[in-house]
Amino acid sequence: MAASTPFLVRALKKSPWVFHVGTSGCNNCDIEIADCLTPRFDVERFGIKLVGSPRHADVMLISGPVSRACKEPLQQAWLEMPEPRAAVMVGSCACSMGAYRDAYSVAGPPDKVLKEVDPDAKYIYVPGCPPKPETIVMGVVKLLGAL
Amino acid sequence: MAPIAEWLFLFLIFPGLLFTVVVGLTLCWVDRKVTALVQWRAGPPPGQPFWDVLKLMGKEVIVPAQAWAGGFLSLPFVGLAAAVLAGTFVWIATTGMAPTPGGDLIVVIYLLAIPTLAVILGGAASGNPLGAVGSSRDMKLMLSYELPFVIALLVAVFQKHEIDGEMVAAGTLSLSGLMEFQGDVGSILFRPSGAIAFLVALLCAHAKLGFVPFDLAEAECEIGEGALLEYSGPLLGLFKLTQAVLLATLPVLLVTVFWGGLDPTPLGVLAFIGKIVLILVLFVLIKNTNPRVRIDQAMRFFWGPLTALALLALVLAQLGL
Repeated sequence: MAASTPFLVRALKKSPWVFHVGTSGCNNCDIEIADCLTPRFDVERFGIKLVGSPRHADVMLISGPVSRACKEPLQQAWLEMPEPRAAVMVGSCACSMGAYRDAYSVAGPPDKVLKEVDPDAKYIYVPGCPPKPETIVMGVVKLLGAL
Repeated sequence: MAPIAEWLFLFLIFPGLLFTVVVGLTLCWVDRKVTALVQWRAGPPPGQPFWDVLKLMGKEVIVPAQAWAGGFLSLPFVGLAAAVLAGTFVWIATTGMAPTPGGDLIVVIYLLAIPTLAVILGGAASGNPLGAVGSSRDMKLMLSYELPFVIALLVAVFQKHEIDGEMVAAGTLSLSGLMEFQGDVGSILFRPSGAIAFLVALLCAHAKLGFVPFDLAEAECEIGEGALLEYSGPLLGLFKLTQAVLLATLPVLLVTVFWGGLDPTPLGVLAFIGKIVLILVLFVLIKNTNPRVRIDQAMRFFWGPLTALALLALVLAQLGL
């Protein structure tokens, strides 16, 4: 992690900007991620903001197993994120491939795909099919606590 | 104090960089909080924009391989410097710290165009195709809103008023002069011409700030933040600061030109803060009740109805209404 001073780590914890990548999942987790932004859960209370470009992001939310077609774009998007960066694997497929285990069309779970290009990648798993919005928020909070 | 030291103090501390940034980021928070309340959410805590900028300052700077590195790295500084200079001019005139030279209204209009130019050139320098789309949209948007904006500001200059049976206008291009004139004859806002001109200038300032119906240059869900797409870390933070400084400058400019500016008494200061917050809440309400327009719709809107309204206001001002 490049943010070495405690103050910058504190600033990072106060405003994690999130970039969402759907790597060919079934879209269910993506809907739950969108739910986190609704008035009921309102993650902006914690400074979490969904941004449109990986260049602006601190945390990448990855949902779905990584299909072969998605592998390179995912790796590229990860490398485009400025340090310090971290990822959250949202849902069973992103954690352990779920129903897509051993399927011919997938390149592997996102954690392995990220490790290929960045051995120091930091990430956390949020299991569930789909995980509840509370669980996703808790996952992001735990990830920030571990920085 | 030596003049250089004094100018540096004015530019860097009060009412320049430090002051406008703090005020601007606070206004950013008001904007986000009111947006959240409109959407029935709790919204971010008060320090949120400060933490955002601090965090961006600690991140990595990435210069894309296809970018023109010199321009890419220097343009955020140019944009911020111009915005702060404009803010300094406006706040000096408003607070009455020093009599401003004639013509500072024109200087401010020019300086306020530079941050947008910095975004346009920065997007083009990034070498990203979506950045180029954002730049081109921003350029067209700028061509659209500058015309009615300047005409609306001129209404305050040419506003005629009957004193002892004689029609006189402010006839000055200095912000202090405009404030003095309003001190004599009352706020321009409360005349038919002034109200129309204020409305036009408000909408143009809205587009200048890149708020929602006119945020097509930064449309995050179609062209991924547009011109700012490739900016990361401190450089993006500088653009956010520029945005904050503009947010602390444009409402003050509107209040100074149309609404009597700042009365240096405790009550006057309170009224001034109230005016700024009222303008900001108007911005936020426009922002939250309108969907994004296309670039052709935006151009038609600014060059059509708004320019016509601004010209009408200019005619009314000449008639002394």
